[in-house]
Amino acid sequence: MNETPVVTKGDGATAAATSTPVSERADLRPENIRDAVIRLAGNSQDGIQTAGAFLARLAGRSDHDVMTYMTIPATISGGPSIFQVRIGSGEVLSAGDEADFLVAFYQHSYQDHLDFLREGGVLLYDSDNVEPNLDDKRFVYVGVPITGLTVEALGGTAKDKGKNIFVLGLIAKIFNLDDDKLKKLISEKFAGKDQSIVNTALMAFQAGYAYPVGNVLTKHYRFEHFPKTSGRAQITMDGNQALAYGLIAAGVRYGAGYPITPWSSIMETLRRELPKYGGIFVQAEDELGAVSLALGFSYSGYLAVTGSAGPGISLKAEAIGWASMAEIPLIVCNIQRGGPSTGLPTNVEQSDLHQAIFGSHGDSPRVVLAAASVEDCFYIAIEAARIARKYSTPVFILSDTSLATRIEAFDEPDLSKLMVDPKPDLTPREGGFKPYDLERITQHIPPGTRILDGKYPLIGGLEHDEMGHPTGSPKLHMAMTAKRRNKLRKLAEEIPVPEVFGDQEGDTLLVGWGSTYGPIHDAVKMGREHGEKIGAIHLRHVHPLPNGLEKIFANFERVVTVEMNDQGLYGFGQLATILRARYCEPKIQSVTKTDGLTFRVKEILQGVFPGKFVSVRGYSPNRPVSGNGEQDVDVARAESIEQGVG
Amino acid sequence: MSMLPAPSLSNKELVNDDVDLMSETTPTTSPVAAGNRQSGSDSPAIAEPPREKLTKKAITADLPTWCPGCGDFAVLAAFYKVIEKRQLEHEKIVTLAGIGCSSRFPYFVNGHGAHYIHGRAVPLASGISLARPDLHVFLFGGDGDGFSIGGNHLDHGARKNINMTYFIMDNFVYGLTKKQTSPTSPIGFKQDRPHGRNRSAGESDEKIDRRRGDLHRAHSRRKVNHMISDRARVRSSGLQRHRMLERMRDFPRRVRSGQSEEGRQLRSIQEKKWDNTPEDELRHDVTDELAAHKLASLPFPGVFGVFYETDRPSKNALEKKWIETTREKTGGASDLELLKKTFDRMK
Repeated sequence: MNETPVVTKGDGATAAATSTPVSERADLRPENIRDAVIRLAGNSQDGIQTAGAFLARLAGRSDHDVMTYMTIPATISGGPSIFQVRIGSGEVLSAGDEADFLVAFYQHSYQDHLDFLREGGVLLYDSDNVEPNLDDKRFVYVGVPITGLTVEALGGTAKDKGKNIFVLGLIAKIFNLDDDKLKKLISEKFAGKDQSIVNTALMAFQAGYAYPVGNVLTKHYRFEHFPKTSGRAQITMDGNQALAYGLIAAGVRYGAGYPITPWSSIMETLRRELPKYGGIFVQAEDELGAVSLALGFSYSGYLAVTGSAGPGISLKAEAIGWASMAEIPLIVCNIQRGGPSTGLPTNVEQSDLHQAIFGSHGDSPRVVLAAASVEDCFYIAIEAARIARKYSTPVFILSDTSLATRIEAFDEPDLSKLMVDPKPDLTPREGGFKPYDLERITQHIPPGTRILDGKYPLIGGLEHDEMGHPTGSPKLHMAMTAKRRNKLRKLAEEIPVPEVFGDQEGDTLLVGWGSTYGPIHDAVKMGREHGEKIGAIHLRHVHPLPNGLEKIFANFERVVTVEMNDQGLYGFGQLATILRARYCEPKIQSVTKTDGLTFRVKEILQGVFPGKFVSVRGYSPNRPVSGNGEQDVDVARAESIEQGVG
Repeated sequence: MSMLPAPSLSNKELVNDDVDLMSETTPTTSPVAAGNRQSGSDSPAIAEPPREKLTKKAITADLPTWCPGCGDFAVLAAFYKVIEKRQLEHEKIVTLAGIGCSSRFPYFVNGHGAHYIHGRAVPLASGISLARPDLHVFLFGGDGDGFSIGGNHLDHGARKNINMTYFIMDNFVYGLTKKQTSPTSPIGFKQDRPHGRNRSAGESDEKIDRRRGDLHRAHSRRKVNHMISDRARVRSSGLQRHRMLERMRDFPRRVRSGQSEEGRQLRSIQEKKWDNTPEDELRHDVTDELAAHKLASLPFPGVFGVFYETDRPSKNALEKKWIETTREKTGGASDLELLKKTFDRMK
């Protein structure tokens, strides 16, 4: 994408819609588009997530690329909420800087989100609740009495429940979407509930679809169709689902957790799914119990998972230290949110990287992986399980709120090649087994395995000799500490060096980790369109880092990490701090931000090239005052170190 | 296929959820199912030699590091006796513990086992017990580990009723860290380090654990045989808690002289025999929760024996049932088919 309006194809017809007030023309002229950003803004109980998810599912089913973005208020019930869907005929990497189409259910939705609508974009508003300023000629106004028509269509006691589905019908008409497929999706979604609910939903959809939108709009849009080349069907799900199913594919059959936003839905999925596979997921009494149960499962021979968000991971930290010491494999998911403490429970932040790498006590090496996209949530789980088993170590998977809740369509994984058989090896062993053999990477023998010389291993958190017996020997502590560290150095050797996207050499190399993958890649595209020599790498293996990054760094004038965390006391984001420590390279800088929202493409470019790119508008979905402007986007420059250290 | 590992799991252990571990049984000799070998495993398949009788010698490991005269020795000796009597398969014995003097227990038993962190051994044992119904999970700890830092886990472990046998060696004091007060230290218990002032001994813990898990109290010196007698329920179902009252060697003399057991006849709980005699009226019904509470509230040192027993189904049994009904609904589909089917619904 670029800075011009997102609706790019066609004969400039987009512009025709621009500043054209409501017209009387009844015939909708078709217009081909490649990409559209639709933002639904309402309150959290209006079901806009449901309507948005239908659009995302439909896009996936129709071979389109799709990405969603949502904000939920951290209240118990109610509060402003948005759901944004970006549907594209090409590659969709980010949820979009601007909306082409804004649906405003309330006056506050209109006021808070109008700034997000691009010039020439369409404002579809509920004329029963919203009074827009029609004098502002930048937008196309489409007023539909959504509430009244929904009540009229459904009657009864439902009041305006169902207006989300009514709007879905409207959108289906305007974007010429496949209404049969949508109806099928609606029926599937509500299947299992009372038939009257399905009927009501379909009535609401039909009412929206039949609304004579031609009275207020001059054309409808049609997504160009580019058949996918992979030949694989697309599946549509959110990041937490992808992570949960990735774990199942990876042969993880046991786990334990405790509810916390935004991790909970992984726990719920696994609790529901694992019994089908003969496994168990336990909701424990607390986070400490959860990680301990998971370690019990792992010790018994079944690699297990636990997870949480940052505060819960803090509670698990002692047990994770034990897992490092005892060398027990374990997968720990951290679905990051804004912190510290309860922080911003429903917002996104990448501020738990250092917690993942260092957060325990003593020298407790572990592995940290970060998922780049919803699709990657699936594959990173498989990689985490592979590493945990091979190196008998705790492995963190870092995801975040934005990945957890956003829906993407991706190629169905080739499960027949990926599924792992999770049975422990209980074959009787000859004697002489040493659980902590200094000559090799620890592979524990699960309990229940007969050892023929009758000498059984005991594993534990006390520093131990090769047989697992406690020792206070200085030499052994040094040797065992090195053993635990060196196995991860071994792992670093086999991690592939990431490919450079964009320019292979030049001025700026962006380095990202986690959910910033999409915006960073879009920023590289946009930057190159504007003549910048810019490339990017994205790290899936954050700790240990792959070997050979220094060769990539050498090809660029500067290296800038892009992170959703604070620049800290010394002026660098958390990954930048690690990279600077590792490579002693002053040209490593960072662009950081802490507004609890995902990066917009322009914010990245603004941060990397101060003053060069158009200023970011001070837009924020439900907190208009919490500036998301350029002052929040910090480039950690050398002077900030001077200021910081003083 | 079901992922529940059940290598050489005897029908009795699976079906009868209430096996009396104290009764002598012939050890099952079936070798580990060949299907349990991981594909691609490089461990050589070896023929299993016949089993010898499991002796105390075979299950003895490191020399215990406890202070001379510590009550933990008696529990260790009793544990060896239980194992010898039961003749469990050696590799199926798992000993676990948290942190504390008594929690060094697994180091002194030669068998699969783990020494975990302070207070969290109950959930660790729960994970092992749930995933591996073929194992005998023995858990050891002290009053600090079980009643203080791990109090929450004890409560919920008992509520979930997960199969394991938990021996709590209660010496009313933190021994490993040198005599700080524990939750069971009596009121008036003072020593040079932090001044202790706590609930009276025996008052706190049984109440915490009032529900569900079986409860048995023994005294390390005189009544430890209770634990291995025929009446003791060292069973395979649910969580059984055995609290061993112990006297730490250096326990302050003042406390000892004031309210200790010295010179006093320890009283045993007389359990109902259900023989319709007038004496039986006065005996304790171990299924009566309220009566168990009353007994547990008696002043120190209280009474010894079985306080409470319940037949509430274990979490192991409930999870197993859930897996079976869920698996039935899937029509025995393979893992691959199951996940493919799920993805089909997301297209």
